[in-house]
Amino acid sequence: MFKVKYFEAIRTAAVIAIALIIAFLIISLVSDHPVKTIGIFLIEPLSTKGHIGNVIEMAIPLMFTGLAVSLLFRANMFNLGAEGIFYFSGIVTAALAIHLSLNSWLHPLVAILAGSIVGAILSAIPGILKAKWNANELVTSLMFNSILFGVGLYLLNYHLRDAKAFANVSFKFEKTAQLTKLFTGTRIHTGLIIVLVLIVLAHLFLYRTKWGYELRMTGVNREFARYSGMKTAKVIILVHLIAGFIAGMGGSVEVLGMYSRFQWTSLPGYGLDGALVAMLAKNNPLSVIGSALFLAYIRIGADLMARLSDVPSEMISIIQAVIILLISAEQFLKFWKNRMLLKEAKEA
Amino acid sequence: MNSLLNVILTTDFAFSVLRVTTPILFAALGALISNRAGIINIGMEGIMLVSALAGVIVSAYTQSAWVGLLGAVLSGTLIAGILAFFTLKFKTHIILGGVAINMFASGGTVFILYLLSGDKGSSTSLASKVLPSIEIPLLKDIPVLGPILSGHHILTYLSIISVLVVYYLLNRTPMGLRIRSVGENPHAAQSVGVSVIRIQYTALLLSGFFASLGGAYMSMGYLSLFTRDMVAGRGWIAIAAESMGRSTTVGTALTSLLFGAADALSNALQVLKIPAELIATLPYVATVIGLIIYAISESRKKNRKLKTTAGK
Repeated sequence: MFKVKYFEAIRTAAVIAIALIIAFLIISLVSDHPVKTIGIFLIEPLSTKGHIGNVIEMAIPLMFTGLAVSLLFRANMFNLGAEGIFYFSGIVTAALAIHLSLNSWLHPLVAILAGSIVGAILSAIPGILKAKWNANELVTSLMFNSILFGVGLYLLNYHLRDAKAFANVSFKFEKTAQLTKLFTGTRIHTGLIIVLVLIVLAHLFLYRTKWGYELRMTGVNREFARYSGMKTAKVIILVHLIAGFIAGMGGSVEVLGMYSRFQWTSLPGYGLDGALVAMLAKNNPLSVIGSALFLAYIRIGADLMARLSDVPSEMISIIQAVIILLISAEQFLKFWKNRMLLKEAKEA
Repeated sequence: MNSLLNVILTTDFAFSVLRVTTPILFAALGALISNRAGIINIGMEGIMLVSALAGVIVSAYTQSAWVGLLGAVLSGTLIAGILAFFTLKFKTHIILGGVAINMFASGGTVFILYLLSGDKGSSTSLASKVLPSIEIPLLKDIPVLGPILSGHHILTYLSIISVLVVYYLLNRTPMGLRIRSVGENPHAAQSVGVSVIRIQYTALLLSGFFASLGGAYMSMGYLSLFTRDMVAGRGWIAIAAESMGRSTTVGTALTSLLFGAADALSNALQVLKIPAELIATLPYVATVIGLIIYAISESRKKNRKLKTTAGK
């Protein structure tokens, strides 16, 4: 029979099943050919090498921001600033990709590092405000998203914009700056390797180092951590620095891996999606891989569905909201867990 | 600098401050009520967006602005009800619940807009109605004050009246007393027989009610149509205004006015040769600065209290 220790996994599966059922219901209501549309949504992402490639390409930025947000959530910081940092670091990297001339090893390295460091610095600001004066990091980080977007868009329009192009895009990046593609026929780039390494490092950091332990303890109970001698203010600033570094690196890698010019004229949304990835992964670095792939899968499915049928892709945000509501609902299926506990207690 | 003063020191500017304060003020009053009951309603932004769209749709199909307003309020309150159900019954984390509501609203409104109008950007093809503006007799003839205070949208006046209503509700009624006691100490409230859950449901529904008036104003007053993500952070600014206003009705109203002024300033400054992208960040910069000042003064106050209690 089911064991209590599998409860969380079963619960997550149940939430995903409910979300998919709601997706089917919405599709049946709005589509003229519901069965065909559901088929596209579910199967089309696996149908060709190119589509599988799309899923993995989409998962890369989600893994970056999902990892960044899960570290913040682990420290019990409700900071959604990965969104603006992802964008702004992308701009910084783009500027260096355009204006530097280095060889094809150093160029992306320098550009990505610069983007990551800028991300870390920007992320530290809400962190310091929280650690020193307990300013609500949720509101400050969201305001920062709007500010970083405004400043980033200004830099794009006034300093990087290619007047000869017919859209709001930057000059072309130097060839040396762009990341190499890993597989022919797809756009999967070396960013995949970078993020996987980063995830393993974050896992080791969180579970094998003293700092990681302090971070987790601060997240569980900041008062208790402080009374047991941890400098929680330092921990909070540290986790903001690391998360900003990762989110900034994500933006930089995405820009150099997927594009030949900078072309985001609105926030790309990966930061907020990162919150969803982190929640699905229960804030575990290694689980971020699976939940980013899942989210990428249903989003590519929705994109293909919008292209090949009559259902707009925004349907997916309704599904995402359902997943967040149910995943974070402590009481959801709790009665069932209690029954299992009771049963195991009787057997023991 | 001179041209800047020329922009600000006009009755037009003062008029526009009231105009842009309206949605922030409504949402901030909503945030105030739920915060006083001990729940931080992060879903403001989403509730405003949904009600803005609902107002447009209902008024377009019924050809009545008033029925549209009713639709906006009902749907915004319904969303708040869903949030309340999940957070109070299912114990969803209130912040994550709010994030979910916002995510639902930003995509869901585009989804519904597209199904009804075939357009993902705005509701231009729907013949929606707009609520009227009113000239106030006598007042409108007074120099300076007249052009500033008269001729506003009906919901702008309602938002000012709402400040008085919320003040009265929170400070002069049994319901207000219960809301405050639940927010300050739920256990104590429970022990004297107040149903904490029921009060929190009421507070969240009321906060949804006020937020949806702000949303309705966005699409039936401020603009005469719905555009995607048109709330553009006003729900968040309202939450910041409430916290800077120290959770008092008067403070909340005044800080809302302050953020409204920053917003109006960013509109007015577009005539100067400062890049629009940077000016658009002004309200958010103002919010961050306000939050920092508030947080520093709060932590000083706390430290002082700690010191005096330790000294005794």
